[in-house]
Amino acid sequence: MTNEVTADAEEKGETVKADPAQTHVDTQWQTPSPLVSCRFDPTGKYVVVGGEDYTLQRWDLTSGTAISFKGPHDSWVRSLGFSPDGQTLYSGGYDGRLVWWPASAETPEPIRTVQAHDGWLRSLSVSPDGSQIASCGNDRLVKLWNAADGSLIRELVGHEHYVYSTLFHPNGEILLSGDLKGVVKQWNIADGSCARDIAATPLYSQNSGQGVDYGGVRALSISPDGKYLAAGGLHKATNPLGAVNEPLVLLVDWEKGEVVHNHVTEGVNGMSWRLIHHPDGYLISGTGGGGGGWIMYFNADQDREFFRFQMPNTVRDMDLHPDGIRIATAHYDRHIRISRMISKPA
Amino acid sequence: MLCNYSCGSNEHVMARRQFLSQMMAGTAALGGLSLFSQPGATAQLNSDQKRIVVFNMHGGLSQLESWDPKPGTNTGGPFRAIPTSVPGVHICELLPMTAQQMHHLSIVRSVNTAENDHGKGAYMMLTGRRQTPASNFPVLGAVAAKALTPSDSPLPGHIVIGGGNGNSAYLGPKYSSVSLNGNPPPNIERLSSVELQADLARQEMRRKLNERFRSQRRSALTDAYTYSFEQAQQLMERKDIFDVSKEPASEHERYGTHDFGKHCLLARRLLENGISFVQVSHSNYDTHNENFDFHLEQLGEVDRSFSTFVADLANRGMLESTLIVMLSEFGRTPNINVHYGRDHWGTAWSVLLGGCGIQQGAVIGKTNDNGTAVVDRQVDHGHLFHTYLKAVGLNSSGSFDIGGREVPLADPAYSPIEELLV
Repeated sequence: MTNEVTADAEEKGETVKADPAQTHVDTQWQTPSPLVSCRFDPTGKYVVVGGEDYTLQRWDLTSGTAISFKGPHDSWVRSLGFSPDGQTLYSGGYDGRLVWWPASAETPEPIRTVQAHDGWLRSLSVSPDGSQIASCGNDRLVKLWNAADGSLIRELVGHEHYVYSTLFHPNGEILLSGDLKGVVKQWNIADGSCARDIAATPLYSQNSGQGVDYGGVRALSISPDGKYLAAGGLHKATNPLGAVNEPLVLLVDWEKGEVVHNHVTEGVNGMSWRLIHHPDGYLISGTGGGGGGWIMYFNADQDREFFRFQMPNTVRDMDLHPDGIRIATAHYDRHIRISRMISKPA
Repeated sequence: MLCNYSCGSNEHVMARRQFLSQMMAGTAALGGLSLFSQPGATAQLNSDQKRIVVFNMHGGLSQLESWDPKPGTNTGGPFRAIPTSVPGVHICELLPMTAQQMHHLSIVRSVNTAENDHGKGAYMMLTGRRQTPASNFPVLGAVAAKALTPSDSPLPGHIVIGGGNGNSAYLGPKYSSVSLNGNPPPNIERLSSVELQADLARQEMRRKLNERFRSQRRSALTDAYTYSFEQAQQLMERKDIFDVSKEPASEHERYGTHDFGKHCLLARRLLENGISFVQVSHSNYDTHNENFDFHLEQLGEVDRSFSTFVADLANRGMLESTLIVMLSEFGRTPNINVHYGRDHWGTAWSVLLGGCGIQQGAVIGKTNDNGTAVVDRQVDHGHLFHTYLKAVGLNSSGSFDIGGREVPLADPAYSPIEELLV
């Protein structure tokens, strides 16, 4: 992936570099139901979204036309992933199912369905070489699947609470998973052993007045240089049942396993739903909640964001296009929005 | 919005002195109060003590995530419906163990209280009346304590576990709730500084002095004091029934070791020992945010404990004499809001009943396809309150005699849901 692209190549042929300060909504499409997830495909041709109506839609970024994926899910699809070549789409649902799809087929039919988890499948991640899929869920398990045939390779047991997020390290040897109580586990993929726990406990809170546990590691990202792990979620949860909380991203020194920065977004009510490190090194956080939808940009050397961009509606998921310029955001108001980190066309 | 609006406090924990004062006040109040206008009612109750247990899901349990799921609709949310032990009846997948007990239970899916305020909704559901500035009505627990508790019982008849308290209004403080939190009640033990023999001698002296006084100046007030001391003494002798830690570890394991599990086990223990009314509160369902995650968390606790409770009552032959009710102040909106939450909704929601006097495996009423309206057999708090009373053998059209004034047990404008009753 490169951040140097030919922006509006079809029109201008100019090479441009992503500039977060220029972020603007370029395109939006309305979908049949409130959205809960979104991902760009690695070829950069499509964005796929999951909605509260249990279906998936594939939007062609050029033509703006959509095709629905209807099939085995009978719950919300909250997690999506692609094989590195973009040929296979993986969807994970709150029905516990993991489904293989032909990503670019004209009339997509499921290739394979696995009952992956007992209860919600909350997150999935595809290994850098595409050979394995990791999934995690409310059964407190992390599972590794053979992408080629859907067989279970290994169960990773150790989380004591719901597992909210999982992510392959870019080196392909390590898997990360984060749970409700703010524990991030580092797993060795080769043998399934847990190398260490990384404390992200500020992302969890227990409200005794309301009698609820709240928070969790909602998002994970590794910096391009491998020096940092980012874990996202929320803090300052003074009223969990009323959505009164603020986003928090913990930046962890990878070697030491210690938090070096608390990326806070003061004055914004909500949580970080997705984290992605841009190839240029900064961190992008898709944030949504009572304070609306925001894209926040953080550098590794400071707590506060260096730029924030407000979206027209709350953000529930986010992805970065392979061009490093476009950002997709999934919204409650039934829209998928494509933003660009370059100046608006004149 | 302050979500822990009605969690109440546990400051009203069971205490010997508190109980003593309630007894005195209550007994004094009895001077001008008779139980029923119908002469046969008291005899009817003494023949076979009935009991009521209410599970009060504070904040507003979502009917869509419990008793009236609508999967696959625009309001259904992410959870699926599962079959139950009653053919054709489905409930939310969050309650798989309860689903296996549904043949003991019934669902009213057509409740429309038209009230979205926490306090007002709770008042309506627990008193069977709409709150007005000019009136104050006793909660179901107070009515049950007065109507169902044998007159010679040393035990309080109205117990609330896990938060909240119950107003007895004109029935007097004797029938107000006594609150427990699952731990042994404080101050119920004889003071360690008082030796047993000294305590017995002190009681004997009090008894003799009292007898001498009563023989010359007996009055309602002296009787009340005598009654109160004797009841308190008996209560101290039976203090173990309030101590759930006396239950075997295996029972705690079956019910779950969290607070709700402990509270359900305590409820069983109290009912087995003759307490007329027990309310178990569970908090918090006021899920304007992340409704699905929080119902997953809360009902994950409820399912195991509640299903074990129902099964135990059935296996121990107690269901025939114990009415089970699971209610809230209202349900939650079919619409899923921007925070993955559901808001207050009194328009179309559900109440669960079972046990004494209730049909088994019935479903009363119906909502439309996406749960936004009642389409069959609409009922509200008034109908339900009548139903609770009639289910335990009371004449819900009867009245209390309050100082010569007849006060109806339940709102006369309503009647029981007859098709739900055995």
